[in-house]
Amino acid sequence: MSAWLRQHWQTFSLTLARLAANPVATLLNVTVIGVALALPLGGYLLLQNLAGVTRQVAGNPQISLFLTREAGKADIAALEARLKQMPGVRAVRFISREQALEGLKRSENMADVIAALQSNPLPDAFVLETGGSTAELEALEPVLKALPKIAHVQFDSTWAKRLESLLALGRTAVSMLAALLAFGLVAVTFNTIRLQILTQQDEIEVSSLIGATDGFIRRPFFYLGVILGGLGALAALAIVYLCMLILNRSILELARFYGSDFRLDFFGFPDCLAVLAFAAVLGWLGAYMSVSRHLANTQSR
Amino acid sequence: MISFSQVRKSYRGGHEALAELSFSIESGELVFVTGRSGAGKSTLLKLIPAIERPTSGTVLVNGQNIGSMRRPAIPYLRRNLGLIFQDQKLLYDRSVFENVMLPLAFTGHARKEAARRARAALDKVGLLAREKANPITLSGGEQQRLCIARAVVNRPGILLADEPTASLDSASATEVMDMFRSFNQVGVTVLIATHDEALVQRLNPRVLTLKQGRLEP
Repeated sequence: MSAWLRQHWQTFSLTLARLAANPVATLLNVTVIGVALALPLGGYLLLQNLAGVTRQVAGNPQISLFLTREAGKADIAALEARLKQMPGVRAVRFISREQALEGLKRSENMADVIAALQSNPLPDAFVLETGGSTAELEALEPVLKALPKIAHVQFDSTWAKRLESLLALGRTAVSMLAALLAFGLVAVTFNTIRLQILTQQDEIEVSSLIGATDGFIRRPFFYLGVILGGLGALAALAIVYLCMLILNRSILELARFYGSDFRLDFFGFPDCLAVLAFAAVLGWLGAYMSVSRHLANTQSR
Repeated sequence: MISFSQVRKSYRGGHEALAELSFSIESGELVFVTGRSGAGKSTLLKLIPAIERPTSGTVLVNGQNIGSMRRPAIPYLRRNLGLIFQDQKLLYDRSVFENVMLPLAFTGHARKEAARRARAALDKVGLLAREKANPITLSGGEQQRLCIARAVVNRPGILLADEPTASLDSASATEVMDMFRSFNQVGVTVLIATHDEALVQRLNPRVLTLKQGRLEP
């Protein structure tokens, strides 16, 4: 092992040992950073999950066309032919009123209701798969409404679009929160390292007098900043994960009423890694600022 | 090895600590700097490891000009000097052994090799049995010997000691002085500042006497 690597390893283990020697202070610092990071991180997790839903729905906007009662087989065939030729329409699927009823019977919550019905109240319907943009869809709307034998045109994706713009607002809010709390993290490490420098003032002075380079004296504080940031990020991820587990219990219950298996998914490994790296960089930044500010005073000679 | 020529050191506010100081010390010499308090002994000693810089004149240590030395080079200069400070500067948050390990931490020695050297240094000053003790529990003489162990652990060519016997009883002081002499006998250049004239006379070494910042002939 080269001397350089060995020095770094020694500094790293020394820093860990110092942290372990003051478990209460370390725990408090890590908790402060963890909680500060957990807030925007939790918000981001919620947004990411909701965005997943809207992307699913909004990605392939569907339009349902409900036909009037008097539409006959010939009308349906004529409509289908016309719909297929429309621009922006990718696929046309006909759902007869019988098929629709069958579908409802299969979903367990509705079976009892359907059984109580005397006749089939459902209309025939077309489901159009479109691939177009919002503008194209809007252009399609009056055309579809003008078609004969059409009772109602429903854009299944409208709510998703609205949700999406709401999510964009949420993302901005979370970004602002994240930026604010990133400052908080830098301030926490800045102060922690200031205190550490004060408690080690004698050691710093002697080391400098007997031949330690500035780099050697600064290095442990950089490590401390990076380790604090990293541990804080781990704490934040743990907090968010626990909250997610608790939330998921209620969400699963709620989603079941809507026949959905929606649940919150945790960040993937690359995201977790990015959070760790981000916090470590912020910790380093706090350390850098603190070291530049406070070591300049102790080593003025 | 160490040479001062026309060295003047004045502090902000106009106080002149050293004036027109010229002398040189050869490798392997044992030299005492004497004089009353405030005569400039400490300042002289601080100029050699670049703790202070000369206001004018030239200080050469191992051929390097201290006055113009750039900050990043200073640590490497200091590693070849063994410094014993007037106020000792021991660290009381760690053991005797770890105090001696401190200079080895930044020279990149493997822990094992460093521990071997630290124990050798402690053995030389007769403190090996106390390696696990906290320095605060040591007697004054033992603390001074610990300072010497820390100063020599990197095997410096030059040893600088500022009032190493100031707070010691005469028996301890003699012991410490004998230690410096034994380092000098194995080739280390030793420069000691002291106001204890009696101790100096016993060894009969070369003496530089300072009076108000100037050398007395």
